[in-house]
Amino acid sequence: MMTGLYFKGIRVVDITVVWAGPYVAQMFADWGAEVIRVESCQHWMVNTRGQQARPTQATIGPEIALPWARGYPEWKAHPRSWNRFPWFNVHARNKLSMTADLTRPEGMDIFKRLIQKTDIFIENNAPEAMDKMGVTYEMLKEQKPDIIMIRMPGWSLNGPYRNYRAFGLHMEHTCGHSQIRGYRDMDPSTLTVSFHCDAAGGATAAYAAAVALRHRERTGKGQLIEIPQIEGMIPQLGQSMMDYAMNGRVQKTVHNWDPAMARAPHNCYRCQGDDRWINITVTSEEEWRALCQAMGNPPWSAEDRFADVLGRLKNQEELDKLVESWTVQHDNMALMHMLQEAGVPAGAVFNAEDAYNDPQLKERGFFEPLTQEDCGTHLYPGLSWKASKTPNQLRLPPCRLGEHNEYVYKQVIGVSDEEYAELEKAGHIGMDYIPSIP
Amino acid sequence: MTEETTMEKGLEGVKVLDLTWHIAGPYCAKYLADCGADVIKVERPGAGDPARHMGPFYKDDPHPEKSGLFLHLNTNKRSVTLNLKTPTGKQILKDLIKDADILLESFRPHVMPALGLNYEELEKINPRLVMTSISSFGQTGPYREFKATDMIIYGMGGSMFWTGIASREPVRLGGTVVSYQVGVMAAVATTFALYGAEKRGYGEYIDIAAYETTRASIDRNGTDLLAYQYTGDYDKRAASSARSYPTGIYPCKDGYVDVSGGTVVFFPRTAKMLGRPELAKDPRYCTGEAQIDVKRKEEFDAEIYYPWVLQRTRREVWKEAQAAHLLSGPIFNAQDVYEDEHYKERKYWQEIDHPVTGKILYPGSPYRSDEMPWTVRRPAPLLGQHNEEVYGKLGYSPEDLVKLREVGII
Repeated sequence: MMTGLYFKGIRVVDITVVWAGPYVAQMFADWGAEVIRVESCQHWMVNTRGQQARPTQATIGPEIALPWARGYPEWKAHPRSWNRFPWFNVHARNKLSMTADLTRPEGMDIFKRLIQKTDIFIENNAPEAMDKMGVTYEMLKEQKPDIIMIRMPGWSLNGPYRNYRAFGLHMEHTCGHSQIRGYRDMDPSTLTVSFHCDAAGGATAAYAAAVALRHRERTGKGQLIEIPQIEGMIPQLGQSMMDYAMNGRVQKTVHNWDPAMARAPHNCYRCQGDDRWINITVTSEEEWRALCQAMGNPPWSAEDRFADVLGRLKNQEELDKLVESWTVQHDNMALMHMLQEAGVPAGAVFNAEDAYNDPQLKERGFFEPLTQEDCGTHLYPGLSWKASKTPNQLRLPPCRLGEHNEYVYKQVIGVSDEEYAELEKAGHIGMDYIPSIP
Repeated sequence: MTEETTMEKGLEGVKVLDLTWHIAGPYCAKYLADCGADVIKVERPGAGDPARHMGPFYKDDPHPEKSGLFLHLNTNKRSVTLNLKTPTGKQILKDLIKDADILLESFRPHVMPALGLNYEELEKINPRLVMTSISSFGQTGPYREFKATDMIIYGMGGSMFWTGIASREPVRLGGTVVSYQVGVMAAVATTFALYGAEKRGYGEYIDIAAYETTRASIDRNGTDLLAYQYTGDYDKRAASSARSYPTGIYPCKDGYVDVSGGTVVFFPRTAKMLGRPELAKDPRYCTGEAQIDVKRKEEFDAEIYYPWVLQRTRREVWKEAQAAHLLSGPIFNAQDVYEDEHYKERKYWQEIDHPVTGKILYPGSPYRSDEMPWTVRRPAPLLGQHNEEVYGKLGYSPEDLVKLREVGII
C-alpha cells in the first residue's frame, strides 16, 4: 500500500513574491512536490525576504516595528538577514532555492532548461515585470508543451488595471472588504491592515493548480490559469455583494456585532488582566438562557427588554456593557471553558503566546520543530489538515538564498562542473545578494 | 470542432455528495460544482440548509428560496432532501455513496459516527471514496465539541488580537471571510486527496479544522506565530501609527484612499507623485531615520500630504499614485465594485436566472482558464428540487417518493 505524499515526482518552479504566490508553492511543497524558488543575487524581490536585504541594527527592535514586520531571531541584525525573516520563513519550509540572473542570456537559458523539467510554474508578479523578462505562457510551452502555468496578478492579465501595483492591503480596500470592517463609530483611517486577499487568492490558486494537474493526468494537456487576487476575494464578500446586487444596498461595517444573523449578545468582551478578551456569540434562545445561568442569573438578565433576540438586538449597546461587567471579573481562558461546558459559543482572543500554549494545537501536533542554519531551532506552524492514509510532517527548514544551487544546477538541469564554475564566476550562483543591495 | 469539445473540462464527471451546511462546507462544494463536478446537496426535509434562512434576502423577503447568501453559495448544485436519522435515509445515502468520488460533511465530530456513517464504515462500501470532514476544531482534541461561530474561530485562530487600536477592543474582519476561506482550504485538501486517490486506486479521510486552517493561513497568522518564536514578543494592537509615511488610509475629497508611499524605497516616488521632486533628497523626510520619526510624520501630514490628498478624489489620487509606481488603492464599497469598468470589461459578473428571484448579477469566477471554464449550468437549487431525478436513478418511483415524504424520510 503506497502511502507516499501526493505530489512525489512532481516538480514546481516558482518566481513568487510577498505572500500569495509563495503560499501556493508551500501547499504543493508540503504535500510532496519538489518546489524550486528561482531567485537572483542581483535583484531584490520587494517585501519577500525582508523589507530590505541588510537592515541595520538601528532599524530592528520591538520599539520600532511589530514582530510580524521585522521580527528577526532575537531582534538581531545578521550578515544574512534575508534567511531569517519570519514572514518569508513561515512559507519557505519544504522548498529549495536556486539563484540565476534571468536578465542575462545565460541566466535565461538556465531558466529555460529548468522549465523543460517542470510540471507547474507559479508566479505572482506585476504582469509587466514578467513581460519584460519574456516569461510568458508561450515561451514556457516551447520548453515544455504540457506545462501548467499559474499566474496571480493583483488585478488581471488584461483590463484597465492590468499594470496597477498593490499590496494585499490595497486589494482589501478596493474589493470592498475594508468598507465592511472596523469600528462602527470610527473613521476608516483607523483601520489596521488585513491581508485576507493573499490567503484567498493563494488557496484558490492551489485548488486550480491541483485540478489542472489531475486534468493533465487524464488528457496530457497543460494550461494557463489566471487567478487575479481581487477576483478570488470578491466572492468571499458574498453577503455584501448580493445585498447590493439584489437590493441596491451598500453595507457598512457592523464592527463585532452580527445583525444579519440576528445574534445577540455577539461581541468581544474585556476580561481580567491586561489586554485579555473573550468573544461570546449567542445564536439561540437556548444559548442565551445558558449564558444567563452561567452568569449566575443576575437581575438585569431577567429584564423584559432582553427576553428575546429582538429586544437584545434593540438594546445591544446596553447589553454589551452589562455582559462585560461580568466578563471583566474572569480569566478569559477559564471563562471560555466554563461557557463551552454550559453550551455557549465562546472563545478567548488568542495572542501568539496563547497559541503555543494551547492544549488543542498541542494534541493535534500542529507545531513542528525545524532547524535552519541561520536561525536555529524553532517551532513552526505546520500542516493545515490531516489525511488518514498520507502521514505527513514538515521535512525541510526554510530555504536559504541559493542553498540548493548545486543540486538544482547539476542534478536537475544537468549542468557540468565546468559550466557550473563559469556561472558561479559570472555571479549567477551564490548565497549572498550583491553588495549594492541595501 | 475537435475532439477537445467532448473531453472533460475541469472536474466534469466527478461525483460529490455534499452534506454540509452554512458557509464553509457549501463554499468548498461550490468550488467543486462551479468547476464542473456533479454535486448533490443533501438537505434536511422541511428546513433545508440553515443558510436558506440567513440574509441578505431578495427584496428583504425572508423566504427560504430568496436568501442571497444561499443563492450565491450553492450555484451548480442539485438538491435532495434526506433524513439521515432514519434507517431508510441512511441506506439511501449509502446507495448514493457507492458511486461517489467525494463526500463532504461539516457536522460536529460525534454526529457521523453516531449515525453509523463514519469513514471506516463508508470505506467498506466504496474504497475509492475521499471523505472530507470540516469541523471547527478537528475530529480529535479537547476542543473538538466546542461550539464556534465565524468570530470565535477568528478570535482564537486568527490575528484578531492585534487588529484594531490599542485603546479599544480587538475588531473582527468583514462579513464572514474566515468561514469562506475555510471552504477554499477544504477544496484544496479534497482536491489534493482526489488526485492522490486516483493515482493510488483508494481513497482516504480528510480531517480539516477551521481553527487550524485559520491559524496556518498566510494572513499574517503564521508570521505572527513564527515571529513570536523568533523574538519572544507577540504582536499587539499598535498604540499609534508610528511608521514610515505616507502609509495607511487617508481621507480625500470623496472618501478614503491608501498609498504605501513611505520607507526609503518608496518615498522618492511619493515626492514625484506630489510634484515635489526636491523632497526626495530632503533630509527632514527622506532618510531611514527620518521615516520613523513621529514628529516629522506629523509635519509631513499637516503641511504637505493632507492638503494635497484632500483636494483630490479617490480615483484621482489612485491614478497619480499608480503613475508614480506607488502601491495604492482607494476604499471602495460594493456599488463601486459593481460599477467599475475593469470588471465589466473582463465580464466578471455573471447574470444567473432563478425560478423564484429571477435574474441577479452574481460575483463570477475566481480563476480563468480555457481548460477549466467556470460555467453556470444551473442556479442554486430549490429545496429537494432533484429528489425525483436522483432517487429515480436508485429505482424509486414517484409514488415511492410520496410515501417517503409522508413519513419524513425525504
